[in-house]
Amino acid sequence: MSIPRVSPSARTTRLTQITRITRINRVTRFAAPMLAATLLTLTAAACGGGSDTSPQSGGSGGSTEKIKLTVGLFGDFGFKPLYEEFKKTHPNVEIEERQAAADDHHTNLATHLATGAGAADVEAIEVGYISRFTPQPDKFVDLKQFGLDKRQSDYLDWKWQQGLAPDGSIIGLGTDVGGLAMCYRTDLFEKAGLPTGRDEVSALWPTWEQYIETGKKFAAAAPKDTKFFDSPGEIMRAMIAQAPVGVYDAQDNIVVGTNPDVKKAWDLSVQMIEDGLSAKIGAWTPEWNTGFAKDSFATIICPAWMTAYIQDQAKSAAGKWDIAAVPGGAGNAGGTHLTVPKQSKHPKEAAELADFLTSTQSQAAVFKAIGNFPSTPALYDQPDIQNFTKDFFNGAPVGKIYSDAVRNLKPQHLGPREGDVRTAIGNGLGRVEQGRQKPDEAWAQVLKDVENIK
Amino acid sequence: MPRESSSSTRSFVEQESRPPAPARAARAGGGRRPLVARLSRRLGRTATPYTFVSPFFLLFAAFGVFPLIYTAWVSLHDWNLLSSENPFIGLENYRELFTDGYFWNAAFNTLSIGLLSAIPQLALALVLAHLLNRPLRAQTLWRITLLLPNVTSVVAVVVIFSQLFGREFGLVNLVLGVFGIDPVNWQAGVGSSHIAIAVMIMWRWTGYNTLIYLAAMQAVPRELYEAATLDGASGAKQLRRITIPMIRPTIIFTVIVTTIGSMQIIAEPLLFGAQVSNGAAVTGGTDRQFQTLALYLYEKGFRSFEFGYASAAAWVMFLLVVLVVGFNYLVVRRMRGGLD
Repeated sequence: MSIPRVSPSARTTRLTQITRITRINRVTRFAAPMLAATLLTLTAAACGGGSDTSPQSGGSGGSTEKIKLTVGLFGDFGFKPLYEEFKKTHPNVEIEERQAAADDHHTNLATHLATGAGAADVEAIEVGYISRFTPQPDKFVDLKQFGLDKRQSDYLDWKWQQGLAPDGSIIGLGTDVGGLAMCYRTDLFEKAGLPTGRDEVSALWPTWEQYIETGKKFAAAAPKDTKFFDSPGEIMRAMIAQAPVGVYDAQDNIVVGTNPDVKKAWDLSVQMIEDGLSAKIGAWTPEWNTGFAKDSFATIICPAWMTAYIQDQAKSAAGKWDIAAVPGGAGNAGGTHLTVPKQSKHPKEAAELADFLTSTQSQAAVFKAIGNFPSTPALYDQPDIQNFTKDFFNGAPVGKIYSDAVRNLKPQHLGPREGDVRTAIGNGLGRVEQGRQKPDEAWAQVLKDVENIK
Repeated sequence: MPRESSSSTRSFVEQESRPPAPARAARAGGGRRPLVARLSRRLGRTATPYTFVSPFFLLFAAFGVFPLIYTAWVSLHDWNLLSSENPFIGLENYRELFTDGYFWNAAFNTLSIGLLSAIPQLALALVLAHLLNRPLRAQTLWRITLLLPNVTSVVAVVVIFSQLFGREFGLVNLVLGVFGIDPVNWQAGVGSSHIAIAVMIMWRWTGYNTLIYLAAMQAVPRELYEAATLDGASGAKQLRRITIPMIRPTIIFTVIVTTIGSMQIIAEPLLFGAQVSNGAAVTGGTDRQFQTLALYLYEKGFRSFEFGYASAAAWVMFLLVVLVVGFNYLVVRRMRGGLD
């Protein structure tokens, strides 16, 4: 069977110079598998290295050559209609969107940056992770080189600062901010004999202590199998976000053990568990999604981006949700930046796309489409934002609610390993909730775990 | 092969098999052949078999040996996935690892889940294979059915089983309730979570091992069973006295493969923990109740980005696997059957 594989020229040689047949045969017998093996190894290596989808091209200003930009996101950012608009000014650009779960998205991004290949041209980074990436300006395109420092005046100052590297280069342009509010079910509140109007409800809980008191009243008269809230993890995150200093101080030291605001948030969360207000359903779990449909909880901490998620999960409860003020004052939870990794083959177009997707107009469009709240304050007073309401949330004026929430915000410094600290705290609350540990033991272990985060 | 298409091939073969005059002359006076030709001939003979197996080893060198050695190199550094400077710190990672309670906790969990899944799994597989190793109607159907759980995606299996083991509405708790047993929060406890995960592993791999045992059992001479039946030995006795001793090499093989597999469990605890909360997924429970070694490695490497430390953990894990497999091998080899 090896004979047909020999190249035509070798075959002619064989036919004419019969004397050498056996020797050549021996050589090919040896060479063919070697060659095959080498080729196989090489192709395999090539597959591993060059999996990037965009074709090799300079990425310079030439606007006629076809290029493809990839956008890496976690979840739906409501960008799809914007891509079409971008293509009108950039007819040569094709855009492909990739989505992954938040944790996986950031893990993949880190891996792709470390190996120098595989990252999308525009990568989203959530604010809980941004401080891990900004100290590595060599991995990202400095957007200043495309003149995007002009965008500074568009933004809330703290949002702009979050996207900067320590050396001042611009790593990311902000998309949305997560001003805090509290979503609640009007029908369940009514059954429990509580007021249902959003102003009256807001008046029930100026502080978290009063939120707990309301919860107790709710629990006393609520329908069976419905708890006051889902689980304390996201609530504690919100309480920490409301404090002037969170889990990091300005010098990037972890201050979980010494910041009284963190301990107070912990104690309040523990009290909520002990009062039986928690449905004990962790956020972002499958059971949580079911919980929306099964009326497992009546309130949920509600940064602007959460409204889109609720709308998606609780389709059966349309019109029954409403939005009240958050207990404990203004705070920010979440929000995202768009970055351009240095490995992008078309940094100029990628930067233009990131600029376009985060522009004031685009942010307004995204807000109206899915609810992510803009980080560009010029919008906050515009009538079309101020008067924007959502039927799903019983006609709540989401534009007014969230612009009020964001306007009063005092920025908080976020450290490089926010996410890991949050996991340690969340697991501590989980241990209390599961009855594995007494609150004091759980807190001691949280402090020990946090100490090991460098 | 159709005849006419192979005509050129045939002519080649004929030419080869009937060497023409000059070549025949050279062969007759072997001593006069040039040294190079003789060497290359010898080389051809010895190199050919190695050449044919070389693709695997070349690939293995590129994707197996090199990463192994490179991991050892990385483990000697304070290597962060994101930073561009990774200072050399010698054995510091290993020193830290040996005092890391969470690492040993993961090692314990891995062993515990491994034992809880492997022993019942292999025992059950043996019995099932023994039951199937007799004339049955629709044999193929039974065998395919056995393999089905193994073909199912691990994600699907864990998601379904996590629902079965659900705290509020899980089927398992429902059944326990019938017998008056209080509902169990499966993810919360060490033992309960290990059992739940072991069940998922058993579900996927019992049928696979059954088929391997069944294949081995079919090679056992039927006369042995016939003689034993004449002597009045029961089915169970035949299994113990004939089957097990005769298929011992296969048992050793499955024990080793199962051991290696159970040392690498990651998807089950990761997805099982994701039912509790995002954070509890990567730590294998709120208190690391069911965090396995592979999951610990993933947490350190891909959530905390501490690649140096994760690499050190990978090497220690590798040595532990070798140790446990070696131990199991010795145990199974010493296992005495009835015949010897």
